[in-house]
Amino acid sequence: MRTPIAAFIVLSGILFSIGTVGVLVRRNALLIFMSVELQLNAVNIALVAFSRMRGSLDGQVLAFFSMVVAAAEVVVGLAIIVSVYRRRQSIDVDEARSLKW
Amino acid sequence: MPLDNVVFWIFAPISVASAIAMLTRRNAVHAALFLVVNFFTVAVFFLILEAPFLFAVQIIVYAGAIMVLFLFVIMLLGVDREESLRERIIAQRPVAIGLGLAMAAEVFFAVRAGIGFARHAPEGFDAVNAGGNTQALARVLFRTYFFPFEVTSILLIIAAIATMVLASNKTRSITRAEAAEAAAAAEAGDDPMQDAR
Repeated sequence: MRTPIAAFIVLSGILFSIGTVGVLVRRNALLIFMSVELQLNAVNIALVAFSRMRGSLDGQVLAFFSMVVAAAEVVVGLAIIVSVYRRRQSIDVDEARSLKW
Repeated sequence: MPLDNVVFWIFAPISVASAIAMLTRRNAVHAALFLVVNFFTVAVFFLILEAPFLFAVQIIVYAGAIMVLFLFVIMLLGVDREESLRERIIAQRPVAIGLGLAMAAEVFFAVRAGIGFARHAPEGFDAVNAGGNTQALARVLFRTYFFPFEVTSILLIIAAIATMVLASNKTRSITRAEAAEAAAAAEAGDDPMQDAR
């Protein structure tokens, strides 16, 4: 393998930053959620790259766990978005600023 | 030029471009499709990094299950609504983009100071993957990380129950004040259930 490990880590950092900007800029709750998924994926790249660099499988196991947690998080998050939409007929996060409605 | 280098430099720009495209689409369905492209490129990076099991899991779980769930919810909530572009906090967008660039630069310099750009992964990962990556991963997972693996199953059950509770369309229970109000309205001759809903 001739690709330097740093290339993967920097790519992971770039994708993570794009995800961060998405969370800060977008107002649609679904788009914010997709940006969070992008961040989780970026971290997974870094974990697998470090696993390759260290020559051990621990990083891959951690990436696997992070995928499982991401799946659980998506399911719960989308259910929350659906229930917020039912209440307010909107998934704009600026609309949902009161704690109780 | 070695093959993995070629594949990386083909897929890295696709990955970044699809991520930026996802960010700039106003239509949620288009954004979701660009995110699928991004997930596939991430799967290719896993393959380059000699993690074929995670490559398969990435495609099945992310590009398959999670994105179908996303598209399902987008369709459920209506695709025709577009978000307003009016900024409600002053200069939110430029500041956010500036902070994002600063974060990318920070990672770049941290990597340069830390592991350096010339460092290559050591050869001999085949020995770690002896007997196949899936088998080797299973050995680590079920020996070293057995307890976290079991905790994960509890997490998934909790998530499934939480989703059912959150998304169930049950009617709200009526408070005592509302019941009294409904009874008063019934005495006045109105429809008693009109306000209670």
